[in-house]
Amino acid sequence: MITATDLTLTFGKGTPLENPALRGMSLTVNQGEFVTVIGSNGAGKSTFLNALAGEVMVDSGKIIVDNQDVTKLPTYKRAGSVARVFQDPLAGTCEGLTIEENLALAIKRGQRRGLSAAVKARYLDQFKTSLASLNLGLENRLGDKMGLLSGGQRQAVSLLMASLTPSAILLLDEHTAALDPKTASFVLDLTTQIIEEQKLTALMVTHSMKQALEVGDRTVMLHQGQVVFDIAGKDREGLEVKDLLELFEKQRGLEITDDSLLLG
Amino acid sequence: MLSNIAFYGAIETGLIYGLVAFGIYISFRVLDFPDLTVDGSFPLGAAVAAVLIIDGVNPWLATGAAVIAGMGAGAVTALLNVKLNILNLLASILTMIALYSVNLRIMGRPNVALLTEETVLTPWYNLDLEYHQVPVLLFTLVVLVGLVLLWRFMKSETGLAMRATGANPRMARAQGIATGAMIVLGVALSNGLVGLAGALFAQSQGAADVTMGVGVIVIGLASLIGGEAVLTPSTVVRALIACVIGAIIYRLAIALALNADFLGLQAQDLNLITAVLVTLAIVLPGVRTSVAARLTRNKA
Repeated sequence: MITATDLTLTFGKGTPLENPALRGMSLTVNQGEFVTVIGSNGAGKSTFLNALAGEVMVDSGKIIVDNQDVTKLPTYKRAGSVARVFQDPLAGTCEGLTIEENLALAIKRGQRRGLSAAVKARYLDQFKTSLASLNLGLENRLGDKMGLLSGGQRQAVSLLMASLTPSAILLLDEHTAALDPKTASFVLDLTTQIIEEQKLTALMVTHSMKQALEVGDRTVMLHQGQVVFDIAGKDREGLEVKDLLELFEKQRGLEITDDSLLLG
Repeated sequence: MLSNIAFYGAIETGLIYGLVAFGIYISFRVLDFPDLTVDGSFPLGAAVAAVLIIDGVNPWLATGAAVIAGMGAGAVTALLNVKLNILNLLASILTMIALYSVNLRIMGRPNVALLTEETVLTPWYNLDLEYHQVPVLLFTLVVLVGLVLLWRFMKSETGLAMRATGANPRMARAQGIATGAMIVLGVALSNGLVGLAGALFAQSQGAADVTMGVGVIVIGLASLIGGEAVLTPSTVVRALIACVIGAIIYRLAIALALNADFLGLQAQDLNLITAVLVTLAIVLPGVRTSVAARLTRNKA
């Protein structure tokens, strides 16, 4: 479970480029929930995720992960409970390391690292089974360099890596946005499959309203650094993109001008 | 051609610079941290070892102290970068400059002679070997032990975390790796190796001198890049072997250049030759591929 309370964050404070990214953002994600997050450019989606992960520090507010106050902790100290997949398919893995070395890095996420061999024989079966579930034939390429894989394959492996060890929350930051449509739908299917199988708690930022309604069991819309609406359960069933737009206009008295949200 | 003495001398110094190249491999390649501290930590290792040996300390203990001193110097550079956010290159230049004064303080004068002292090499001269083969044998052993230990370390959980830190710091942090601590550990390790090289160099040359560090970084880089041109560093162990091969080839090339009378080169031309060799080592691999491409195109 993860609770963010009244988060504020302003970039470039006191400069002409002052930009308030979060203005009192509050959100609670319960155990086992799969929340999709939408919002136009500059709504604060990525900043919110970065704040949860520890990549940026909030000016005020509180972040509680599994009953622990992590507000002031840097990324690496939160990593044990926060797993993450980035938008850039190249960002989640090390291309100079082999597939098994990348997985070995991930299997120790948030744990102490010692001087014993990183790639242990007893990991290999688990690595092979996980990779085989991708149906990409990667289970036979454990010793290959990550850089030899395509963007889609690397994103699929990033997802595996994020789910290799338990976490309180899995953060997905538009992780299909940089992929071609076919690969994107493959990675999205894989995402829902992994989240369902392992009963993960997940927060997925997406640029597409359609996607936000199709997957997950709760949808949150951000606007100007705040949650403007939050729907789940019966209210969310059968909802379409145009309903979302109406909801948004009703809430805010605003019209959405960001075409990519409508077209996505 | 080379005399026996010049040949063994080149191998001997080549092995010492192989240790320097290990250090530079860690900073430049593993951590992607351009570290010039080595120009200061090489004479630091020499100074610490020389002064302690003259004080009657066991030469191996003195050499160990040199390693620790080198690690300290590296840690200072890394902390300047990690904690005070000083650009890595500049942080290393600051430490390097500071070390010049520190080294003079340690020695109390610009150079310390070790010719009459007992060094790590002394017991080995009892072996039934030619005088010039002794350092080659000992340093080969040191380099081999260093190579195996470094290789094992780079394959360990911590070593892998260090490699991830250099390759993709954002990913490393997300995996729970304290990237700042990894940089401190890595740069310290790197300069510890360079301190070791400095200590061994002083003992084999019979003196520590405050200016002996000038250009060590370039020689180390020359060895690293030259070695990579000969042996593609596709794995850690190949990269480490390439460091040693590169350092030995470099020293042999220098010895040959200085020995070839028709070239008219003299000892003072050393740094010029080094710069030319480094340039060639950087440019040649690219030339080789483009020539190969041209040749295959002509065939087709």
